Amino acid sequence: MNGNSVGIVVRNFFTSDEPLKLISQLELSPFSIAYETYGTLNEEKNNVILVFHALSGSAHAAGFYPTDPNPGWWEDMIGPGKPLDTNRYFIVCSNIIGSCYGSTGPESLNPKTQKPYALDFPVITVKDMVRAQKKLIDFLDIKKLFCVIGGSLGGMQALEWALSYPEMVESSIIIAATAKMTPQNIAFNEIGRVAILSDFLFSNGNYQLQNQKPAKGLAIARMLAHITYLSEQSMNNKFGRELKTGNYLFGLKDIDFQVQSYLHYQGDKFVERFDANSYLYITKAMDYFDVTKELLELKTKTKFLLISFTSDWLFSTRQSMEIVNLLRKNNNHVSFTEIESDQGHDSFLLNFEVQGEILSSFLEGIKKS
Amino acid sequence: MRIANRIDYQIIADLIESGSSVLDLGCGNGRLLEILIKEKNVQGVGIEKDHSMVKKSLEKGIPVIQANLDGGLSEYPDKSFDFVVLSLTLQALKKPDLVISEMLRIGKKAIVSFPNFGHFLLRYSILFKGKMPKSKFLPFEWYNTPNIHFCSINDFKEFCKANKIKIVKKIFLKNFNKIIKEFLPNIFASIGIFVLETEN
Repeated sequence: MNGNSVGIVVRNFFTSDEPLKLISQLELSPFSIAYETYGTLNEEKNNVILVFHALSGSAHAAGFYPTDPNPGWWEDMIGPGKPLDTNRYFIVCSNIIGSCYGSTGPESLNPKTQKPYALDFPVITVKDMVRAQKKLIDFLDIKKLFCVIGGSLGGMQALEWALSYPEMVESSIIIAATAKMTPQNIAFNEIGRVAILSDFLFSNGNYQLQNQKPAKGLAIARMLAHITYLSEQSMNNKFGRELKTGNYLFGLKDIDFQVQSYLHYQGDKFVERFDANSYLYITKAMDYFDVTKELLELKTKTKFLLISFTSDWLFSTRQSMEIVNLLRKNNNHVSFTEIESDQGHDSFLLNFEVQGEILSSFLEGIKKS
Repeated sequence: MRIANRIDYQIIADLIESGSSVLDLGCGNGRLLEILIKEKNVQGVGIEKDHSMVKKSLEKGIPVIQANLDGGLSEYPDKSFDFVVLSLTLQALKKPDLVISEMLRIGKKAIVSFPNFGHFLLRYSILFKGKMPKSKFLPFEWYNTPNIHFCSINDFKEFCKANKIKIVKKIFLKNFNKIIKEFLPNIFASIGIFVLETEN
């Protein structure tokens, strides 16, 4: 998809002086949210699209930081003339609480101890993430959201927004997501957490003070999760049985196959950029996600679009269809499309042509109706 | 079937009461639902398997669910719509009988329109040319046609009778643009439109 970039962007921060009441009955105070905006808020303030990121994402959805040649994670989707067109829409991407990308999370300073929260950070839920974002939207003095949109955990937030603040949300696009985490989804998250917790450098979460990190554990968590983001087909295409040196090396610790090498690389790269405690908290928040009951009771004016990908087995088409059928019970306005793709769950970050056209068409239709 | 000016849409729209709920099976580009929502204030939703058609419905702001009708409609509760419409799609279904029985389960009424394979020009093609018929409305070759279950108007009436389906109303069209009287419709009608109900 062609079009220009939004160019150099800055990360903004919003800090709330009011405490955030959490589902666990605990409070988070103070709390901050990192966010970025692209495009211009119109006078009527009715052109706002709120974008949510997935597990390991950040508020940096589009454009460039002056020091980094890599663009934001949805650069192909957001920009002038792109599906989320910054010439028309004012786009806000908010980081989630619990994250290690600027919002209050386990790495932040606990005001009570003047040390990083680590495992004293309260357990949060997707609803808490959304409540925190609502404070940001209030602060920006925005009353209506033309669209909320996200993939994976971002899709769960888009769904939760429509449930928590139905009167504010005109449309909600939920991509490669689910109404509830299945036992299989939880099981994969659990292995990731066990890997982190078992790393002897984890030090009960206080590794930060000791200037260390549970790198092995976090890398294993990422390696496993990464497989769930791919598909059998995409792994076949990408690696086949290709060997790193052309020969079997006959050493147990040797990296024979390209796929091994790739996974290790992904694990190591992740350790450099992500915090292990954040990983524990965010996967926990996902595990708690189950809005099936609320969906069954929801009667709303919000217009929904569900998107799934044929080869996504982490959050499959069946899981998107469950949301569709729950929303249909009360005759809510809901559309659904399954996009052909062999790139597995990651499709929502990689498939721009078809996905982009669908988003443009849907947003066009919302404007009309 | 891709035809620019579908007069059968207007006829189907006239059969549907204002404010009713409508499920359009094989809704194509969403045009029928667009008419129904605009003119009849219906609560409508479409089902369509073709990706590019889904996009066209979305552009119109029509709720559309991408699915294959042959995959079943079991998730739709009994009598959850006032009308279930199947316009010019019957002939492309793998199991048209099952879809019609599902339509009558889900909808209080069903509206089915289909090209009449008993039309005299089609008969002529087989009889005199010895070739599978083609027409403006059936432009495909035998090997690439999506249309796999043809029936004539008489076949359809017989089907309804055998399955205890009540025909509430029937309308016959000539060339998509003219309603014709009930004179030998099985020979002269290019399209049949039937309103159906379950027989009590």
